[in-house]
Amino acid sequence: MTTPLKNLEVIARLVPQGARVLDLGCGSGELLAYLMRERGCVGYGIELDDANVLASTQRGINVIQLNLEEGLKLFDDHSFDVVLQLETLQHLRNAEKMLRETARVGRIGIVSFPNFAHWPNRVSVLRGRMPVTKALPYEWYDTPNIRVGTYADFEVLARKNGLQILDSFGLQDGEMVRTLPNLLASVAVFKFERG
Amino acid sequence: MTSSVGVVTPQRMRFDQPLPLQSGAQLPAYELVYETYGTLNAQRSNAVLVCHALNASHHVAGLHADDPKSLGWWDNMVGPGKPVDTDRFFVIGVNNPGSCFGSTGPMHTNPATGRPWGADFPVCTVEDWVDAQARLIEALGIRQLAAVLGGSLGGMQAQAWALRYPERLRHCVAVATAPNLSAQNIAFNEVARRAIVTDPDFHGGHFYAHGVVPKRGLRVARMIGHITYLSDDSMEAKFGRELRDAELHFSTQDIEFQIESYLRYQGDKFSEYFDANTYLLITRALDYFDPARAHGGDLARAYAAAKAIRFLLVSFTTDWRFSPARSREIVKALVDNRADVSYAEIDAPHGHDAFLLEDPRYLAVMRAYFERIAADVTPGARA
Repeated sequence: MTTPLKNLEVIARLVPQGARVLDLGCGSGELLAYLMRERGCVGYGIELDDANVLASTQRGINVIQLNLEEGLKLFDDHSFDVVLQLETLQHLRNAEKMLRETARVGRIGIVSFPNFAHWPNRVSVLRGRMPVTKALPYEWYDTPNIRVGTYADFEVLARKNGLQILDSFGLQDGEMVRTLPNLLASVAVFKFERG
Repeated sequence: MTSSVGVVTPQRMRFDQPLPLQSGAQLPAYELVYETYGTLNAQRSNAVLVCHALNASHHVAGLHADDPKSLGWWDNMVGPGKPVDTDRFFVIGVNNPGSCFGSTGPMHTNPATGRPWGADFPVCTVEDWVDAQARLIEALGIRQLAAVLGGSLGGMQAQAWALRYPERLRHCVAVATAPNLSAQNIAFNEVARRAIVTDPDFHGGHFYAHGVVPKRGLRVARMIGHITYLSDDSMEAKFGRELRDAELHFSTQDIEFQIESYLRYQGDKFSEYFDANTYLLITRALDYFDPARAHGGDLARAYAAAKAIRFLLVSFTTDWRFSPARSREIVKALVDNRADVSYAEIDAPHGHDAFLLEDPRYLAVMRAYFERIAADVTPGARA
């Protein structure tokens, strides 16, 4: 799923001016191009999909075609100010390992993913059906999201891996949700560092 | 709308100043043969140098007037409207010293003896070639190339340009290449060389005087080379176990399988036009290339010189001669230096040869990257 532009802008505000950024699963390179243009950042996008690699090349960002399932061997410890993992973690078989890799390579990690505990999803499951929404736009049988988790689940996973959460909130229609995000937001956002 | 650059005429430039070589020897006065396509702009900022691979030449695109079958080896890449668009770029194809396609090489006269150089032609390295090319570029009045582009051995030359003359190029595009040859690669080269030097017609490299050519050796060299350019899958798809005739002949000498027929054909064709001494020289240059060597094996340190250049690396998943892992080593060295690098790993079935073939994903990435180069070097355009 591509991240809506307003969500990108909210997330971009978490990235310091001039930061060296690694964008894991950079898609068509929209956010990295935005960060370079608006916030003077530098860095690389990592992408597996041919069409996205092409789109990123057309956009003029540095894109490196890699399969994230193979880890981040290419990158040294703490070699980036910020590692972004937006709407990517849920596609990865080894999501926990990738989270640790993110914390290893970056001083700060920023993760976003669809929050399965958003109330319409809960209603849908209560009615006995898997949700199909803007944040989770796939039927259960053809979803690329092989991991579904909730805002609250991520807090547990982060704690288990010794990550220090610096900030977290929900995103709903491009707006930050800081009250009951696990219930009221379709997307979860976490900013963390290695504790 | 794409088309070929049309009829092109090779040009020749003479250099009277000797070229010092890495070996300590030097090449006395020498000539380089080259072709150009497109127009150099007023700022002289749109030149792209194309470096050739093992058995190619300066003839990158278009046709020679006297031969309608003489299409350049990268005509699908270079031309009007093509990924390296000659409506925007001034493209230069050059033939290296030691080659058998017109630049000074083993078939030419050694001024010290008055006879052909033969095996006495000095061993040239990739870096020596790049030095020779740099003089040509200078003589053409170009201070900085928009890009140096090459595949395979040409990709090594592109790397050497970035490491040796970092201020003289803005972009380095290296396709299906490696930071050095593996032991397996060197082993294949050695088998090819032994096939040539043990051919009774080789005469220690001075076969020209005997009016013969070590064709048997060249054929075997080409056959083994050719096997390494293809993937197992593409050979399987093209030939499988298909027999030349409908039945077996129970012969150990004759051709039974179509793949044998194909390899012999390739070998025969090659032995008609390629020079044995050139093959030895070029495979040695491949063996020697290893920019990390001068830096204790640390490729990242070698690449520190090239930080300011922007790189595109492309590899092909089925290329076992220059595998994606080898390109990733270069990517890592560049990332360690915080250099600008993009890397595409093309899932193509054709093996090493893929870099010369039509693959829409590959050509699209090349086109997109060269559009970026055009925007970068064209006055008035946004960088």
